[in-house]
Amino acid sequence: MSRINSPAELEEFRKGILSKRDPNKPCITLCSGSACHASGSGDVAASLEEEIKKQGLSAEVDIRRTGCHGFCERGPIIVIHPEEICYFQIEPKDVPEIISQTIKEKKIIERLLYTDPETHEKIIHESDIPFYKHQERLVFGSNGSIDPKSIDDYLAIGGYAALAKSLSGMSAEQVLEEVKKSNLRGRGGGGFPAGRKWEGSRDAPEKIKYVIVNADEGDPGAYMDRALLEGNPHAILEGLTIGAYAIGSHEGYIYVRQEYPLAVENINIAIKQAEDYGFLGKNILGSGFDFIVKVHQGAGAFVCGESTALMTALEGRAGEPRPKYIRSNIKGLWDRPSVLNNVETWANVPLIINKGADWFTQLGTAGSKGTKIFSLVGKITNTGLVEVPMGTSLKDIIYKIGGGIPGGKKFKAVQTGGPSGGCIPEDLLNLEVGFDELTDAGSMMGSGGMIVMDEDTCMVDVARYFINFLTDESCGKCVPCREGLRQMLKILTNITEGKGKEGDIKLLEELSETAKEAALCALGKSAPNPFLSTLRYFRDEYEAHISKKQCPALSCKELISYHIDPAACQACMICLKKCPAEAIVGGKNKIHVVDQEKCTKCGTCFEACPPRFGAVKKISGEPVPSPIPEEDRIIIRKSKEK
Amino acid sequence: MDNGRIDQIIDKHHGESSSLIQVLLEIQSENHWLPKYALERVSEKLQVPLTRIRHIATFYKAFSLVPKGRHEIHICVGTACHVRGATRVLDTVQDLTGIRPGETDLDLKFSLETVNCLGCCALGPVMEIDGKTHGKMAPVKTADVLKNYE
Repeated sequence: MSRINSPAELEEFRKGILSKRDPNKPCITLCSGSACHASGSGDVAASLEEEIKKQGLSAEVDIRRTGCHGFCERGPIIVIHPEEICYFQIEPKDVPEIISQTIKEKKIIERLLYTDPETHEKIIHESDIPFYKHQERLVFGSNGSIDPKSIDDYLAIGGYAALAKSLSGMSAEQVLEEVKKSNLRGRGGGGFPAGRKWEGSRDAPEKIKYVIVNADEGDPGAYMDRALLEGNPHAILEGLTIGAYAIGSHEGYIYVRQEYPLAVENINIAIKQAEDYGFLGKNILGSGFDFIVKVHQGAGAFVCGESTALMTALEGRAGEPRPKYIRSNIKGLWDRPSVLNNVETWANVPLIINKGADWFTQLGTAGSKGTKIFSLVGKITNTGLVEVPMGTSLKDIIYKIGGGIPGGKKFKAVQTGGPSGGCIPEDLLNLEVGFDELTDAGSMMGSGGMIVMDEDTCMVDVARYFINFLTDESCGKCVPCREGLRQMLKILTNITEGKGKEGDIKLLEELSETAKEAALCALGKSAPNPFLSTLRYFRDEYEAHISKKQCPALSCKELISYHIDPAACQACMICLKKCPAEAIVGGKNKIHVVDQEKCTKCGTCFEACPPRFGAVKKISGEPVPSPIPEEDRIIIRKSKEK
Repeated sequence: MDNGRIDQIIDKHHGESSSLIQVLLEIQSENHWLPKYALERVSEKLQVPLTRIRHIATFYKAFSLVPKGRHEIHICVGTACHVRGATRVLDTVQDLTGIRPGETDLDLKFSLETVNCLGCCALGPVMEIDGKTHGKMAPVKTADVLKNYE
């Protein structure tokens, strides 16, 4: 491949790619993102290739292994173009039928379609499925249609046009102005206006400047950045290069977690391709602008998602934050001006340049423009990645897109903003998502994790869980975070174990205040949020744990017991056989009893007991009824009486 | 892993001291742990004091200063898995293997680690063994899965 030396050559080349592609040729796109891969999309891909060959269709059908489509709950997913027939939960055994029926005969296989849970109608097209229908997939939408390992696929959907437009038709100032006008705010959590950050670096006197992609996505339950890097790496490179041009940087870094091997692989391939095509390197598209990108793998430290810690890690040191008397866009990596933005922020840049700031600002709320990708997980029917305009209500996200809570359970709270975010209760579900709106509710946008919790989730345990996480991830540099969180964790653990005392809540509040006021970086300052927000909305749960030694959600192991209701037990032996601790005493036709001494409270019996019996009971805050005497345990079955 | 291979990795990164973390990651990924002689070699070649290398090797989670078992069990304790019962899965695995997170058993069969999110939240609770993902785990299923590893 020879280099592309000007915007005109790029357009010529793009035409060449498109002319070779027949939009009516059947193309099977298979989601090969990490979640679908884990559910077996690799095997499906192999059978697809084999079957197409076997049925002699190699020349007539394309297969494209794409990045994440977002609907992870139903993976592996395939979409057949041009008709956009969408099949879910595909197994290798379904493949021969798909090829012979759908590809050859143009017949639809009903059983593989999505069934609307309400109307029970079968839905053929992706865009008609409620999960997709209510989304606005501007940044994430291309994921499902391109092979991330193919730069030609990206060019075919208009890739690198924004870069060409910036370099040839706009001055660096104009690019900066456009991004400022769009009011694009950082998608990594802080929500700082990207344009203002860029301007600071641009105006800084130091000649050498850096641009950095923060792909150290450490929030548990959030994986939108990974999906973008895995599924559409060129969009991020394009955004980064435009940013570099705007601020006058010639060197960029991508800091990506080593736990994301596919993302690392795909971004490295993308960089190589972009260098070959001349979108990176010297004299990009004949503009005289030079820019190179290096990938740095993170070695596993949550705090490295913090800007100054990340830059320290890039320098090859232990990633500890530093105080920000001088912002990192003035003095960052190696003390030089460094613009660090999150993956999703960079991926928005080409859109803004292509379609203009005016278009971008039409979407969203007064303070938050554009769309945001959320990772909707936890106790939710449709787990997956969803992209909605800012200002969409939580209720719409959870119910219209997410399909509500599975198993007929009741919604309790949604946790947003990652470990340092907060829990939002049911009565605030009409809240419109946006940076300021979520902060006002005591939570935050964070990188966009959205963990749904139902009535079985204990809010004290959730707070303990996050404080535990943050204690573990605290770098140890400042005292309020290192020691304060440790003490908070001790108290919260005591409460969940039934050892809570009067005054614990007060003490926790004091420790929280100190961390908020005095911690060095955002991790420490926001660390008390999970406690404070759960206390604000679920104080009664804390009080029940402390004063009544009761866990209202029946979740805290030390505060619950399992017992078998002798009146309901049918002595079916199911729980007895499954109990890993051999804690169930009984036998055939002999009512089972849980040996409380041996019971590890794993809950296997509770789940194993057939719902029609419902004999295993979970209780909290009350004594376990004493077992019925040995002689009364024999069941005499009516049918066998004769 | 011999010194020749370590030198190769260092040369790949042009012997720059800022590549220290990248060098250690490569050694860790090939060798599954960081033996003392490897750290000493890196220190000598990159001209970085051993104290700083130890600081990094203990600061970041990816590094291990002790040998690992033949099979590495990762239990996802990310939030989505947590609310779906990851703790119960972890408890059961601890009971079955007799080791706690961060430990390796005496036969070097299993090493157990918790991870904060594997990004397969739809399959939670998730247990990953040697890179293979086992989704929708329940305490009773873990025993069946572990049985397959020798």
